[in-house]
Amino acid sequence: MIEIAIQKILTSALGEMSLDINTTIEKGNLVTIYGKSGAGKTTILRILAGLLSPDKGEIKVNGITWLNTINGINLKPQKRKIGFVFQDYALFPNMNVKENLLFALNKGQDTKIVNHLIEIIELGELQNRKPETLSGGQKQRVALARALVQKPSILMLDEPLSALDSEIRFKLQQYILTVHKEYKLTTLLISHDISEILRMSDKVLELDNGKIIRQGTPNEVFNYKELNAKFQFTGTIIDIVKQDFIFILTIRIGKDLVKVVADESEGEQLLIGDKILVSSKAFNPVINKIG
Amino acid sequence: MIDWEPLILTFKLAFITTILLLLLSIPLGFWLAHTKSKLKPIFETFVSMPLVLPPTVIGFYLLIAFSPSNSFGSWLNDWLGLRLVFSFEGLLIASIIYSLPFMVHPIQAGFSNLPGSLKDMSYVLGKSKTTTLFKVLLPNIKSSLLTGIVLAFAHTVGEFGVVLMIGGNIPGKTKVASIAIYDEVESLNYDAANTYSLILFALTFSILLAVYLINGGYLKKQKND
Repeated sequence: MIEIAIQKILTSALGEMSLDINTTIEKGNLVTIYGKSGAGKTTILRILAGLLSPDKGEIKVNGITWLNTINGINLKPQKRKIGFVFQDYALFPNMNVKENLLFALNKGQDTKIVNHLIEIIELGELQNRKPETLSGGQKQRVALARALVQKPSILMLDEPLSALDSEIRFKLQQYILTVHKEYKLTTLLISHDISEILRMSDKVLELDNGKIIRQGTPNEVFNYKELNAKFQFTGTIIDIVKQDFIFILTIRIGKDLVKVVADESEGEQLLIGDKILVSSKAFNPVINKIG
Repeated sequence: MIDWEPLILTFKLAFITTILLLLLSIPLGFWLAHTKSKLKPIFETFVSMPLVLPPTVIGFYLLIAFSPSNSFGSWLNDWLGLRLVFSFEGLLIASIIYSLPFMVHPIQAGFSNLPGSLKDMSYVLGKSKTTTLFKVLLPNIKSSLLTGIVLAFAHTVGEFGVVLMIGGNIPGKTKVASIAIYDEVESLNYDAANTYSLILFALTFSILLAVYLINGGYLKKQKND
């Protein structure tokens, strides 16, 4: 269990912001930190890793104090045993993939773990390649594997998937879920993507302006309580055309354009540019496997 | 035939200067690249001064400081048995000061240009500062180190004013090649001056060319083709 209660004044391009976080994270949970950029998400992970010190506060992990500004305790990053995947991956350019993993070993640690990770994260063909020759998704897998070499009990991922296309993204979500379960990790993930959060996390912390504004299960936080037997999408209205006594709405949902029909009373309230929730209940969709 | 001693002395001086400068500049460059201290601009100014100051000015003040008739100079003489005026050791210290920016600047730039996340990641992986420096940071600024080494070496080979002020012209002790050239010209011995000059010219050209070839990756590309 991670108990965290910290405060720090941050200076950003937009001026001063006070980060004030007080929460607990259960052991074995996968928790997503969600929020606008500049809300303080990365700062929280950096403080947990010991790369940044808060102005005041306390961090306790499984009963052991990592930080207590009153007693002057502040464990160095080296002592915290956290697996961390940075947003820029931070692979060491002078080492190939396998050397990056071997470098992460503790003194005297068995190298078996490296081979095991290469196997489950499917890095076999890449092991002798230098980081500069890898694609974004491949780098991400290497960074994930390296973060797990020391068998940490906590894994932190700073927006690891944001730069990847959807297919690779989906695969990487699977890798993260696999290692999360296999190594019984407590995982903290920063993400912007609601579908990713719904698929992966046990708990969501929504951050705004340095404070947690909502927390709970993804369904609670994103108000998707009535998820059963119902399709719903959020989209933006691109066009509204009136035909006789119905309206035809063109809506952009993600990358797709969809046309739907709205009746007079609905249509008259809508304007181009409005954000809307489209939902449908009790119908039988056609499902085709595509991947 | 020319006297080889000035050339040997020049390269001995440049070689030792470069090694000592490298050992000094790695910690100094690292500190300058990462410090948030308010004193940083002052240190940077001191490091860069030899770039713009006439070498004779550096030489003059070192001459005054090291002179045994001064308190600092006599302290060095009495306690450490060091005579830094008109001696090889004195030349060495002067050369280190004179070539300092040529070693520190590339190394500092190299450290600054490395993403900070590499250092952070190494710490998160439990590695000490020393391991991080030798296994992660230095191997990734190899080209900066090479540039620093070569520039400091070449610059020391080329120094004249500082040597003349503090070293004088003692054969075998302080008479380096650049002084020897001046000496030969003074005594209208143009042939010898020309030989020294040509050797320095050719050597400096080859050293710098080698750096540009290595840092530009030209040698690597040829291998791959």
